[in-house]
Amino acid sequence: MNTTRRHRVKLALRLAAASVLTLFFVFPIYWLFMISFKTADEIYSYPPKWWPGQLQFNSYAVLFKDGDATTVWNSFVVAGVSTVIAMFLGTLCAYSIARFRTGGDHLANWIISQRMVPPIAVVFPIFLLYVWFKLVDTYVGLIILYTAFNLPYVIWMMRGYILDIPKALEESALVDGCTRWQVLWKVVFPMCRAGLFATAIFTFVFAWNDFIFALVLTRTEVTTYTVQVTHYFGGQSNFWAKISAMSVLGTVPIFIIVGFMQRYLVRGMSLGAVKG
Amino acid sequence: MADLRITDLHKYYDKTHVVKGIDLEIPAGEFTVLVGQSGCGKSTLLRTIAGLEDANQGSIEIGGQRVNDLPPRDRDIAMVFQNYALYPYMTVFENIAFGLRARRTPKAEIEPKVHRAARMLAIDHLLERFPRQLSGGQLQRVAIGRAVVRNARLYLFDEPLSNLDAQLRDEMRGEIKRLHQELGKTMIYVTHDQIEAMTMADRIVLMREGRIEQQGAPLDLYERPATRYVAGFLGSPAMNFVPATLTAARGALTVRINETTELALPPARTAAMAGHAGKPVVLGVRPEHMSRSGTGESRAGIVRHAVTVDLLQPTGARTYATFRLGDAPVVAELQAHDVSRPGERIEIAFDMNRVVLIDPDSGLVVPG
Repeated sequence: MNTTRRHRVKLALRLAAASVLTLFFVFPIYWLFMISFKTADEIYSYPPKWWPGQLQFNSYAVLFKDGDATTVWNSFVVAGVSTVIAMFLGTLCAYSIARFRTGGDHLANWIISQRMVPPIAVVFPIFLLYVWFKLVDTYVGLIILYTAFNLPYVIWMMRGYILDIPKALEESALVDGCTRWQVLWKVVFPMCRAGLFATAIFTFVFAWNDFIFALVLTRTEVTTYTVQVTHYFGGQSNFWAKISAMSVLGTVPIFIIVGFMQRYLVRGMSLGAVKG
Repeated sequence: MADLRITDLHKYYDKTHVVKGIDLEIPAGEFTVLVGQSGCGKSTLLRTIAGLEDANQGSIEIGGQRVNDLPPRDRDIAMVFQNYALYPYMTVFENIAFGLRARRTPKAEIEPKVHRAARMLAIDHLLERFPRQLSGGQLQRVAIGRAVVRNARLYLFDEPLSNLDAQLRDEMRGEIKRLHQELGKTMIYVTHDQIEAMTMADRIVLMREGRIEQQGAPLDLYERPATRYVAGFLGSPAMNFVPATLTAARGALTVRINETTELALPPARTAAMAGHAGKPVVLGVRPEHMSRSGTGESRAGIVRHAVTVDLLQPTGARTYATFRLGDAPVVAELQAHDVSRPGERIEIAFDMNRVVLIDPDSGLVVPG
């Protein structure tokens, strides 16, 4: 009797702690969403209003009317396309390194070291290069850059997942009548599906969240939402409603993607992490 | 006609010479077992035949066609792997059908073929399950099913039973042998287990350090080993080796172990071995070629010698008795109640017709 009661108290305490922590972390996001639905008066009111008087979609309407919302689309295009390309090239590269020891034992280490370069160290040389190649403020320019920046990560992660696949599975398929490409398609991809999704999400999120490259390499045509948000911080005043509405537009796609892929994300992060 | 012909095959891993010049011919329909200790190159040889490793030198012909430069899928082989190599995301049916689908077999043919293979292996009730829902023995049956469903020319088995427990291993051994009899296909089976080799093979190819030490029918190798290595490898408990000298007196040859221990060879064997008289030899005697004196038959070549038993290991039907012959420990396989306790002094009858004498320098068995 005593033990079950103690057990219950423990459980209640744990639940309480979890609730407080969740509240602590969720609150800023809640606040961000709420601001985007408030009127200007409500935003600046003191004491603060926890809930808008009525849901205002004005801020969003303005963003769409002014065309500012296309910056979210721009982010989506460059992040999406660069993720697809980086995943395709990176996985092939990782397969080659994992199975054929391409580049010897240390190529993988060298490749991941490329990922450690701080963006600020390369962004200005790249800008000059892009001016020369007329790639500034183009989709292609950003896509190339994000692909290049994400490739090392994709190669490193996918190499780990591929090394985890028993070699005999592939050999068995080769003997059974598959070509290498069929082995990739029928054995390797299904075997590391969780890893593929997890890596793709991280790759997408990196490009989606990037600020510094987009700031330097875009002007007006392909501005991404992260850069657009900064336009609402003025010298005289900050447009909080627009800032929050744009931030919400930038957050929601990630919520949706992670929501759908959560299963793979958790499994993908726990798998493959063993082999370095 | 030989289904598989290997000529002067060499394989290197970086600078390590793993397969050192193998010549081998395997007739159609034969069950050949490649056996040897781990690292002897048997698996590498099998994988080279399959095309999973490239040969550095020499040629491999399957059905008269040189296949060195063909990818595995064009060699008309099927292979069973040690760790089953089943796809976890496919059902048993899909796993078995995988090879047929990869070769674009018409859909209408796939189903009856899979069902027939599954029936053959008694796994037809498992076809809708996934590998994670199966036991080790069932997994191995599915893996074999994947191979037999295809009408391949050559079937390769790479230590397929080494992950199973002893009882299942016995069962599957019989199963694979039965399958060979039913299908009549050429099969090559790799194992490090000499019992598997002895019980399953039409022919054993015993490998050592990248070379073929000896090949032949199991009983040939067992009864007429060519080298000390072969003699010691086959048989459990292993053959006993006792350092001795071959001495000649009055036309008879005697194996002299020390001042008090001499075992005379039967006249039938003296002619062939006479040339070796006066030289050191190693006496090789199998445990079952010794018996408690008086329990066995009495004929030419049976030599009696008294020993003191140091250790007894009863197994039920038989008892293994260890004693010393000179300085070497010797294990004899006796009847269960031949000896009652360690320390007992008994007379052992050695069947000198069946012992082997080995040249200690070359490791070769002295003929005769």
